[in-house]
Amino acid sequence: MTLALDAPRIVQTRPLLQVQSVSKSYSDVHALRDVSAIAYPGEVLGVVGESGSGKSTLLRMMNLEETPDTGSYTLDLPDVAGNLFELDRFARRMLCATRIGIVYQNPHLGLLMKHSSSGNVAERLLVAGERSFAVLREKATTALEASEFPLERLDAPPIELSGGMQQRVQLAKAIALEPALLLLDEPTTGLDVSVQALVLDTLKRLQQDRQITMVIVSHDLGVIRTLADRVMVMRRGAVVEAGLADQIFQDPQHAYTQQLVHAKL
Amino acid sequence: MPTVLDVNGLSKGFTLHHLAKEIAAFDEISFSVAAGEFLLLKGANGAGKSTLLRTLYRSYLPQAGVIRFHSDHGPIDLARAADVDIAHLRRTEIGFVTQFLTARPRVSAEALVAEPLRLAGVATPEALDRARAALETFGVKPELWPAYPTTFSGGEQQKVNLARTLILPQKLLLLDEPTASLDANARAALVARLAELKAHGTAVIGVFHHPDDVLHLIDRVVDLTPNAIREEVRDDVAF
Ligand SMILES: Nc1ncnc2c1ncn2[C@@H]1O[C@H](COP(=O)(O)OP(=O)(O)O)[C@@H](O)[C@H]1O
Ligand SMILES: Nc1ncnc2c1ncn2[C@@H]1O[C@H](COP(=O)(O)OP(=O)(O)O)[C@@H](O)[C@H]1O
Ligand SMILES: [Mg+2]
Ligand SMILES: [Mg+2]
Repeated sequence: MTLALDAPRIVQTRPLLQVQSVSKSYSDVHALRDVSAIAYPGEVLGVVGESGSGKSTLLRMMNLEETPDTGSYTLDLPDVAGNLFELDRFARRMLCATRIGIVYQNPHLGLLMKHSSSGNVAERLLVAGERSFAVLREKATTALEASEFPLERLDAPPIELSGGMQQRVQLAKAIALEPALLLLDEPTTGLDVSVQALVLDTLKRLQQDRQITMVIVSHDLGVIRTLADRVMVMRRGAVVEAGLADQIFQDPQHAYTQQLVHAKL
Repeated sequence: MPTVLDVNGLSKGFTLHHLAKEIAAFDEISFSVAAGEFLLLKGANGAGKSTLLRTLYRSYLPQAGVIRFHSDHGPIDLARAADVDIAHLRRTEIGFVTQFLTARPRVSAEALVAEPLRLAGVATPEALDRARAALETFGVKPELWPAYPTTFSGGEQQKVNLARTLILPQKLLLLDEPTASLDANARAALVARLAELKAHGTAVIGVFHHPDDVLHLIDRVVDLTPNAIREEVRDDVAF
């Protein structure tokens, strides 16, 4: 971690996302302890750790749903400046609606289960100010198609769909506005293994086609291995180890990371 | 020829915490490679050849030493460079051929091979043409070009892997037993391509299962066998 931040640099690209020294407690639970994270444009940052290690809390911070006790968060985007935790509620909502997409493990958090699938995606476009019905329909369809959602089911409400399909609707909603940052919280957890592989395929292909910057959180090292360029290992609210994916998987330094990697082999 | 890589006092071992065990790989290695030079790494099984290559590529973190790489952006110590710089250099200046292809779902063989060219700014149609030529050189059947390598045999995957990694001349090329699963024709194609890259100025560091294949290319030898004389220049080496 310090290795990465302190060394003199030859590449001058700035990180798209930078979270610095974020801490958060809920009464006596330290959900996050001095957590820093970085993602460069077009990269996939994978955050791995056992249940309760603070992954979802970190992702909610990145989606500006919560504010930490201390720490800062910047996104290197046009018209976006300063510590985003200092934005008011309205500015946060606008920023999230237009520049950040999120997919939750639980589709109920991300979708209106009884509205049509295309309507769920269109709703995201409405929030951003799109009003023409024809454009809404077209853009929603495009996003669902890119998420490899079967188009004959456009009008089906998520409640009638399988878990894998619900995640595709969430994904379509998340990418409909071509966000600069896509956040994924255990997007395949709970799905059948074969369905999980298909959804991961879709994510991988989307990432390759669009070079979208992603943060994916999972307790499953296999999921992280499939997608991430850069990996952050969390335990009890703190970062244990971070580095390029191949380094973390091939030469883990920390006892905890070694245990995770070896358990998976 | 200008120096490409200067390795000084490089040491690597592994600490396996769950076994409370330390595994030494190599200690205080020093050598250098210039543009257009071909360095053969040798040593018995387990001597640390793969570990050294992976350390140079920074898949493994060294414990001590300096890996001075003369990049297009100036000199940089790969042992300590920022992750983002390493990722950038891997895309642009440092290639690594292992025995395995990282196939990706629903990416065709030709697209996979064309990718390094496209990332370097070559227009897609030209990149695809060159990719197909490279696949042909390594003996991949034309009907496989638009197919997905995830379903290919080990030998076919390795040919795609070589075509992809060697398509764009790089400053430094690392090879870990690239011929292990290749037939004679593909081996000959690989050797020919390595000769081309060498003439082009690529510095090559490689481990070869059959060093005889590349004998005429070798300029230097580094022997990782414990207590061996570490570095020798070609003229002094008996094979
Ligand atoms: N809103 C909250 N109120 C109280 N405790 C919370 C809240 N959110 C998270 N926590 C606690 O913070 C810790 C980290 O949770 P979480 O970020 O969900 O972990 P993970 O996603 O890695 O499983 C847990 O102990 C959890 O119970
Ligand atoms: N990722 C690793 N973790 C632990 N030990 C390793 C790892 N990689 C290599 N080693 C050990 O380092 C030593 C050198 O191995 P290697 O570099 O593969 O040798 P060679 O390629 O010369 O046959 C061996 O003892 C091997 O078990
Ligand atoms: Mg969680
Ligand atoms: Mg080896």
